Amino acid sequence: MTTGIVFDIKKFSLHDGPGIRTTIFLKGCPLSCQWCHNPESRSLKPERFYWENRCVRCGVCVEVCEQGAVTMENNQVVTDPDKCQLCGDCVEACYSEARQIVGSEMTVEAVMAEIERDRPFYEESNGGVTFSGGEPLNQADFLEEVLDHCRDLGIHTALDTCGYAPWETIDRLRARIDLFLYDLKLMDGDRHREFTRQGNDLILDNLRKLSEMGHAIHLRVPLIPEITDTDEQLQRLAGYAASLPNLERVDILPFHALATDKYQRLGLQHPMPPNRKHDAARITEVADIFRSFRLPVTTGG
Amino acid sequence: MTMTQRVQRLRELSLNTPATLSSERARLLTEYHKSVALRQAQDDNPGIQSIPVQRALALKYILEHKTIYIGDDELIVGEKGHAPKAAPTYPELCCHSLEDLQILDSREKIPFKVDAETRDLYEQEMIPYWTGRTMRERILESMTAEWLAAYEAGVFTEFMEQRSPGHTVLDNKIYDKGFIEFKVDIRRQEMILQDSDDPDRKAKCEQLKAMDLCCDALILYAERHAEKAQELAANELNPKRKAELEEIAVICQKVPSQAPETFREALQYYWFVHLGVTQELNPWDAFNPGHLDQHLLPFYEKGLAEGSLSKESARQLLQCLWVKFNNQPAPPKVGVTAAESSTYTDFAQINTGGIHPDGSNAVSEMTYLILDVIEEMRLLQPSSSIQVSRTNPDEFIHRAGEIIRTGFGQPSVFNTDTVVEEMLRVGKSLEDARAGGTSGCVETGAFGKENYNLTGYFNIPKVLEITLHNGLDPRTEKFIGIQTGAPETFGSFGELFTAFEKQLDHFLEIKIQGNRTIECLYAQYLPAPFLSILIDDCILQGKDYHDGGARYNTSYIQGVGLGTITDSLSALKHHVFDEQNLSMAEILEAIRADFVGHERLRQRLLNRTPKFGNDDDYADDVMLQVFEAYFRAIDGKPNMRGGTYHVNLLPTTCHVYFGSVMGASPDGRHARQPLSEGISPVQGADRHGPTAVIRSVAKMDHVRTGGTLLNQKFSPQILKGEGLDKLVKLIRTYFRLGGHHIQFNVIDADTLRAARANPELYRDLIVRVAGYSDYFCDLSTALQEEILQRTEHDCF
Repeated sequence: MTTGIVFDIKKFSLHDGPGIRTTIFLKGCPLSCQWCHNPESRSLKPERFYWENRCVRCGVCVEVCEQGAVTMENNQVVTDPDKCQLCGDCVEACYSEARQIVGSEMTVEAVMAEIERDRPFYEESNGGVTFSGGEPLNQADFLEEVLDHCRDLGIHTALDTCGYAPWETIDRLRARIDLFLYDLKLMDGDRHREFTRQGNDLILDNLRKLSEMGHAIHLRVPLIPEITDTDEQLQRLAGYAASLPNLERVDILPFHALATDKYQRLGLQHPMPPNRKHDAARITEVADIFRSFRLPVTTGG
Repeated sequence: MTMTQRVQRLRELSLNTPATLSSERARLLTEYHKSVALRQAQDDNPGIQSIPVQRALALKYILEHKTIYIGDDELIVGEKGHAPKAAPTYPELCCHSLEDLQILDSREKIPFKVDAETRDLYEQEMIPYWTGRTMRERILESMTAEWLAAYEAGVFTEFMEQRSPGHTVLDNKIYDKGFIEFKVDIRRQEMILQDSDDPDRKAKCEQLKAMDLCCDALILYAERHAEKAQELAANELNPKRKAELEEIAVICQKVPSQAPETFREALQYYWFVHLGVTQELNPWDAFNPGHLDQHLLPFYEKGLAEGSLSKESARQLLQCLWVKFNNQPAPPKVGVTAAESSTYTDFAQINTGGIHPDGSNAVSEMTYLILDVIEEMRLLQPSSSIQVSRTNPDEFIHRAGEIIRTGFGQPSVFNTDTVVEEMLRVGKSLEDARAGGTSGCVETGAFGKENYNLTGYFNIPKVLEITLHNGLDPRTEKFIGIQTGAPETFGSFGELFTAFEKQLDHFLEIKIQGNRTIECLYAQYLPAPFLSILIDDCILQGKDYHDGGARYNTSYIQGVGLGTITDSLSALKHHVFDEQNLSMAEILEAIRADFVGHERLRQRLLNRTPKFGNDDDYADDVMLQVFEAYFRAIDGKPNMRGGTYHVNLLPTTCHVYFGSVMGASPDGRHARQPLSEGISPVQGADRHGPTAVIRSVAKMDHVRTGGTLLNQKFSPQILKGEGLDKLVKLIRTYFRLGGHHIQFNVIDADTLRAARANPELYRDLIVRVAGYSDYFCDLSTALQEEILQRTEHDCF
């Protein structure tokens, strides 16, 4: 039985492709972007989330932990990551749902059952299912099976990808994917490596191939202050996008501070100060850069 | 905003005039009754009039003598009280006490100003005369001890003790028929009866005579408006207004005695009819024209073709009608407490869209014009709905969505195809079903042909509370149920459910028996001959509206708290019987303590129990079990008007009252807190978004109800741009799955503040954050603040 590591399933998802959709978030990513807004998605391993706002400080997590990993200090729950074995006992005991393990192994059937529940909504709205992450291509075998089932059922599929995967993997799956939501962050290879830990040759190469083969692609450009948002980089990116033979549109995704909460839940610091953001005027300017290359643009995701 | 200065002034007046209690109707009615008594005392051989004729003569007396109000700027005329926002009273039904008047005058919310003269009149004449003569007293005297005990415990409410059974809507019959022709119909029936050997001939003739008198009364009332307009015109110096007043006079001479020929005459005619119905009695819920767009379209097209009407003049006239509706606050109640605020809205629900009697799409230019008016006027009354059929274009829903997202709760959205099916199931003809629609909150009815009477709300979770106390009501400490066994002795969920079902049957039987008595009292003592003219087949049968004269006679009992009862039963089933991780005794102890000292158990009930509204079959199957039990106990039982009982599931605001009479419940709800409303999940219990809610509630067979109410909350940001298209599709999907109704509350900043203060009740609240949406309560304080600011500043 093929299984995948899923960290969230979101229904009535409105911003990841056409119509009303269900988004399946698969865990694990080959990139490590400094601005990542799903920090819990990066590792393939399960991780611990602590929702401080839900915690009632009852101390049951301290009681049940056999490893002695959880302690209460000054009315704050503290978990020692070295001692914690992610056994889930505290999660089970925490009825106020302050403790959570992110990432669980799911069978293809279980994921399909969730996807199928909302079929009438997809049918009415021309929606479907979107695979996001993390990087879904990281779990290609699992993804392939789920995609096969979707195709059998006539459910529209979208893949939200960073494009960093061997071409062979993409080539194997591409016929089953109706729409690519393809992230493109930085055109400069060195800077790409600096901010994501990987170069961009493979990403650009895969993108061009997909485009030349006539796949439906929405290019997604995260607008990260002082990293991806310079005019020079955006001009270059837009020029590249315009050179692709087949691109439905470009989505500009402004940076937002939501991930701060998620970093906190993981017990981490947000690597980027959350107060940096673009004003509406700048977002319009950026959109205009793309429009000047005659590319259809949306902003806000 | 497209509003002429005239309409702006009328609207402002309507909004700024405080509601007052008007004693004029009560005074005139009392005068009439006293004069009848006097005549009878003076006459040696008094001919005592039948009750229907007395009621007709009383209405005639009122309409003959009441103040005629024609305000500046008005094009459509007529007020229920002596002036805008003046609410008449109905002492024959229930008479306000001095304490009632004091509370109404002084309470902070929904006050009615009561002047000293009115207070004196009540003290010296109304109260002394009506005490011992009101319908309310008759009803309460006629109820059994077990009915009174259940009523006091808060198991059900009674609709008919303060307002008469009305709850009906007009069809198209007035648009090609004047009241002179109604008189002809009545005469014809009288003649047929005179030659027949019908054993009820005498009573029927009296009934028809009363209807005939009511026709005269309304014609007379309109003529008095014509005279008043003439009089004002004679003194009017502004030539433009003078001409307008003269036109008003001409129209009021013509309608309602003759059929309307123009758009404006049609509106004025309807409004006189509305005033007749609502001055005869105070029927639930406010009478309304029903499919107004369908009724007006021929007049509109004719006016445009002839050049006598423009789109803008039609718009202005509709807006004038809207002001008229808003000028009539719902009848002020008696026996109110200072805390009880009620509402000014009288639930007149104007239907738009839907289908023609032949099944074809009825959305027209008129529909869109009415939607414009709803948006422009932004008034509490009249309420409005869109009736959505598979034959209607998406554009229609989209246009309504634009109004919905401005956040004033209108229009609500109905599934015509399900509504029609509901009516066919209970034996209405296809044509009558298609000409029908919804009214009040969500109630299904055949317009112009049905008395579909709401009889009271029913507190379903309260029945479980009583079951868990083996027949005792823990609040009043009275034994009001039946003995179904100590709950700790139940060996299976089946045993628990059987006990619950027995109690449910017991209380519904009490309710139905009480209703039967009340229906008879109305038929005997408070017939409605005026309303009977308008509802088929009262004339044809020579029978009153309250006495089974309507073609269809439905009684509804409105179930409340579906989410709360489902989650409570699901908690017991899951923890006590299936998982066996909690005992019945433990849960009962925690409930009795209102969870004090049992917070961990409460969190477990809240977060470790399958809950309704998440597309979880475990919980949803419990909901179905409850639905079937409620349905079986009610559906098809006979009422006294020759019709039958059916269920519907709507709360208005009664879930708050019903919650207040209950202790804590096994779903983790604290004592005295509101129950879930309508068929919506428990507040905060749905954690998988609106598609899961819709899937859960659609598992119920809506066709076997006479209406269900589903509320969904949306943040304005989600409904921007493409979001609105997706809302349209969400509606389409719910209706494809068979849902009856959905309405959308657009979240405002106050809701977000409440959610921040009390996250447990708002865990279902989804807001758009940035490129995606998230649960509001899961966001950090800083982000919550940001979204709050954004919501406050967002406007469309």
